[in-house]
Amino acid sequence: MSSEQKPFVTDDSQVLTETRDARMAGADDRFNSKLREAFGSSPFILTKFDKFMNWVRGSSMFMLQFGIACCSIEMMHTYAIKHDLDRFAAGVPRASPRQADVIIVPGTIVSKFAPRMKRVYDQMPEPKFVVGMGSCTISGGPFQEGYNVIKGAEEVIPVDIHIPGCPPRPEALIYGIAKLQERIANGESSPVTVKPYELEQFGDLPRDEIVDKLAEQIDEDDLVMRYNWADSP
Amino acid sequence: MSLEEQQPDAEIEAGKTRGDELAELLGDLVIGREEHLNAPGLVIRPDQVQDALFKLRDEAGFDHLSCVTAEEYEDRYESIYHLTKYDDRTDEVSVVVPTSKDDPVSQTAEPVFRTADWHEREAYDLVGIKYEGHPDLRRILLPETWQGHPLGLDYDQDRPQIATLREHANPLEQDHSGEEGNTMYINIGPHHPATHGVLHVETVVDGEQVVDLEPDIGYLHRCEEQMCQQGTYRHQIMPYPDRWDYISAGLLNEWAYARTAEDLADIEVPEYAQIIRTMSAELCRIASHMIALGTFALDVYGDFTAIFMYAMRDREIVQNILEDLTGQRMMFNYFRLGGVVWDLPEPREEFFEKIRDFLDDLPTALEEYHDMITSNEILQARTVGTGVLPPEVAKSYGATGPVARGSGIDYDLRRDDSYGYYDELDWDVVVEDGCDNFSRLLVRMREVEESAKIIQQCVDLLEDWPEDERNIQANVPRTLKPEEDTEIYRAVEGAKGELGIYIRADGTDKPGRFKIRSPCFSNLQTLPEMSEGEYIPDMIASLGSLDIVLGEVDR
Repeated sequence: MSSEQKPFVTDDSQVLTETRDARMAGADDRFNSKLREAFGSSPFILTKFDKFMNWVRGSSMFMLQFGIACCSIEMMHTYAIKHDLDRFAAGVPRASPRQADVIIVPGTIVSKFAPRMKRVYDQMPEPKFVVGMGSCTISGGPFQEGYNVIKGAEEVIPVDIHIPGCPPRPEALIYGIAKLQERIANGESSPVTVKPYELEQFGDLPRDEIVDKLAEQIDEDDLVMRYNWADSP
Repeated sequence: MSLEEQQPDAEIEAGKTRGDELAELLGDLVIGREEHLNAPGLVIRPDQVQDALFKLRDEAGFDHLSCVTAEEYEDRYESIYHLTKYDDRTDEVSVVVPTSKDDPVSQTAEPVFRTADWHEREAYDLVGIKYEGHPDLRRILLPETWQGHPLGLDYDQDRPQIATLREHANPLEQDHSGEEGNTMYINIGPHHPATHGVLHVETVVDGEQVVDLEPDIGYLHRCEEQMCQQGTYRHQIMPYPDRWDYISAGLLNEWAYARTAEDLADIEVPEYAQIIRTMSAELCRIASHMIALGTFALDVYGDFTAIFMYAMRDREIVQNILEDLTGQRMMFNYFRLGGVVWDLPEPREEFFEKIRDFLDDLPTALEEYHDMITSNEILQARTVGTGVLPPEVAKSYGATGPVARGSGIDYDLRRDDSYGYYDELDWDVVVEDGCDNFSRLLVRMREVEESAKIIQQCVDLLEDWPEDERNIQANVPRTLKPEEDTEIYRAVEGAKGELGIYIRADGTDKPGRFKIRSPCFSNLQTLPEMSEGEYIPDMIASLGSLDIVLGEVDR
């Protein structure tokens, strides 16, 4: 991908990961099944079958058991009795990202955690969906001015549904998930519109003051995430 | 009149003589004196820290290093060691250690109090003071590759930073290579269901046994101290304490800030407001202990269906009551300096009825928990005699709250340094001396009963309170500007232990330095002590019994 083909991307020199490539190049394969490839261009059955598959996807979502901060307590309440997310066919918390379809990001993401969260997200199989829970995943929330806080989950991974609140009530989370199911059933996926922080090899970073300084501590092929706080929204 | 109102004056009076006494004890070690609102301050040379602390610990009995505060001034760096006693919480002393600006090196206190290990690492990380002789002076909250010290004066927040994601090395690989040794390195966390959040436990196991363990924290370090230093005393700080210990212990945390700031600005809280505070704070404690119970059972025998749901059911009721009172389920923002924001909801009878119903059902619910949890053979086999934490070790790590009380240390700030309305009420401090995971669980369950007793009495008092004396807030100036260089360290009994706050006023309407002493931060330090040499599942049980919350560990 280069910026000539996609003029609306302001700066993509540092964001060349496969996930993003696939989405930006229009080959978003979250809904691209093996079946679709196998059937080639006979459209009738595939349209119907895809629709069916989308409905299935939305109606049986495995959530990643992923707690970060305050919102995870409300998330637990959403899974537990009274609110019981299971009623909406979305309530099986899986501890391993490899078994999960949806990741709810429930809390503030800080510099030390962002690379780990990115790794967890990368480990989930496609198609995967992200629900950003709470103000911190939208903008950093009450901690936005913090020296260590990522200004929203979308700096790191693409987010399908944002649920505002600090923390959102369990009802709000259920509503957000219902909306996500609706979108999945309609075959929609979210565009990636902001420039995310990406994991890259240290050797690939453009040389500047901080890179020179850390050159002794970090190997060339170590994965790093570089934060440009000044450019954060 | 509650005790809190009289305390500051009385303490300063006593503090003066106490300060002289302690200065005499230390003799030449003292190079200056300070007065903090809570305690006398003794200024010590940076290369004599250990001498002074050893003397204070062994000869004057200050066995509890509650907190280490570091700060950068225009002309110097300063570390303050807040010392107190497990037997007598009101006897406090602050050891002030200034160091020079161009070479901020200070002697470590780690040989005296083991808890200083992490506290000094944090001071190094955020402020930049180097501690000579420290066994392992690395960054603790920020990534190891971080540049600069964010709470220092010349820190530029806009400079880019780089965080790494690399494999951790097995620290014992070299020692154990060969035929007999066979160690394996396991990362537990930061994304792991048993770590209660984003804790990372670097574990080395030999077979099933843990041979080396280090909790790696900082995955939720969201700059709470910076946030508080940017806010004004009157209104802007209060929302943040809710988010330190976010397991619904919000009001307990708010009380920590309210108490500190009220003592700092000399504000008296009306008695009626104190009763509301006491009642609502204890409701929070129940909610918090419920989740500790539920997740502990979840950790120990993976029971997502029964006990976890039972605990959540009871928590839901508490949250409903608190929502009626404060308007929020978790982030209450209900306390104000000088009182609370509004009175009990109307109709009051209905509200009291709701609380009474909850309290009436609680004994049955607890009976159920005891049937399912504490008298369950599987749980007993997993918890009795595992994760042993002897009282001396707990003290040297500064453990407080249910963790200390589960090790037989009779220490509860609600009684020992009384605030609010606690000293007027009839309740007991729960102590168990088993020192193991089971004791810590029992302490929490019995504390729920004690909290219920307190709430019951508060409801009775509130119900009979004359209507024209329902004064919920003292008269507090719109802008608070405490005098420059007043310093105070105050603590309350949070759900997890001693939650302290140090504030230095700089003459403006915002704190010059705001330091949070988190109970979980100190409690978590005991994990290696409890787990090394034990089986790895017992480590998970110990971690659950510590009941940490990462928002408070990392702040």
